[in-house]
Amino acid sequence: MFAFLANPARFMVFSAWAAPVLFVGALVLFATGIPWALFYSPPDYQMGDTVRIMYVHVPAAWWSMGAYAFMAGASFIGLVWRHVLADVAARAAAPVGAVFAGICLVTGSLWGAPTWGTWWEWDGRMTSMLVLFITYLGYLALWNAIEDEERAARLAAILCLVGAINLPIVKFSVDWWSTLHQPASLMRSGGSAINDEMLGPLLTLGGAYLLLFGALTLMNMRAAIFRRRVESAELRKAQS
Amino acid sequence: MSAFGVTFRRELALLWAGGGALAPIGYFLGATLLVPLAMGPERTLLQAAGPPLVWIAAALSVMGMLERLFQADLEDGSLDQMLLSAPPLELIVFAKGAALWVAIGLPLALTGAPIAIALQAPVERVPSIVASLALGTAGFVGVGLIGAALTASVKRGGVLLALIVLPLFAPPIIFGASVASGEDVAAAFAILGGCALGGLALGPIAAAAALRLQAE
Repeated sequence: MFAFLANPARFMVFSAWAAPVLFVGALVLFATGIPWALFYSPPDYQMGDTVRIMYVHVPAAWWSMGAYAFMAGASFIGLVWRHVLADVAARAAAPVGAVFAGICLVTGSLWGAPTWGTWWEWDGRMTSMLVLFITYLGYLALWNAIEDEERAARLAAILCLVGAINLPIVKFSVDWWSTLHQPASLMRSGGSAINDEMLGPLLTLGGAYLLLFGALTLMNMRAAIFRRRVESAELRKAQS
Repeated sequence: MSAFGVTFRRELALLWAGGGALAPIGYFLGATLLVPLAMGPERTLLQAAGPPLVWIAAALSVMGMLERLFQADLEDGSLDQMLLSAPPLELIVFAKGAALWVAIGLPLALTGAPIAIALQAPVERVPSIVASLALGTAGFVGVGLIGAALTASVKRGGVLLALIVLPLFAPPIIFGASVASGEDVAAAFAILGGCALGGLALGPIAAAAALRLQAE
């Protein structure tokens, strides 16, 4: 599929319908997931209703890391095969991932205040997540600081791959250091430790975030490609 | 003479001509001088907060040297000559990093001894603080090469360089501060060594890739 979509013209045809389809899918999942999570799922026996922050916090955390992994993959393809669309894809995913990381940090802080009794704790998970957020900012800043787009793409790709070292640190921080943050409860040996009634809305919203990420990234890519076409058209007009 | 030797000696001569470690050491001293002035000279407070602040000041001193590391080579055409020459750019970048560490990192580590004592660190811990600073500054130089290379063609790239490099400085800072406060010293030294070796092994590769993209 990647080879098929590697042609920008074919990509534009594909994304013209894929982006709205993903977006509508995200809206449907949000429309079912949000009421399910906020009203129809049980409160936690210890945390009460504050557990509902989880449904916003956990998917944002998943897909801020997923977005970075996607960017790292696209950066690698862009560096090795010099593919323009891969550069565009990495750049397009960055603001979405950055916002997800920001949502994760803010909701985590709001959740920590009533349950842990602190807004912020410098433990492994929170620190590495903050580093991920700053890496997103550095990536975007580096891209914006360099005028030549192709060069900006390559340099940002190198930075993205260097920053990818942090991803396994975020993932395993809860296992490596004893932390306030709870260890993984879904993807662990022995199966999920989450009650089925809570797992349903969590996975629904996880899917919603994923579809939203896909839709926004495709839209960003389309905008970037249109911008390039306008620029080259203006260049041609100025030359004639 | 080997390409490594030539570049190493050239860099040392350039750094020396530019004042050597004088400016970063002065910065290191000046920044840590402000600590007891801001916190008050109370002994217990300094003992707790002083050693970590030595690490922050050392990181910032190294970072201050990074901005011009490749910019000058890019502007005066030295980088093109390096690219045209037979030895791989990675080796030349590694030699530049090694020279930066010898000229700046080691003197900073040694300066750490009187600073740590002045900030009320226990005297018997000072040798391990100096050794950890020597390893930590090597790690800073390793990842610093990447940031310096990525921002070489950016005008006034200092803030951007800081944004890129400071999060990567986190691991040496974390484990360096744990040496300074005397917790898990052996494990912290192992990780600091890993940061230094990893940074010096991977830094030149990433930095050389970034520099190739920016050479005209």
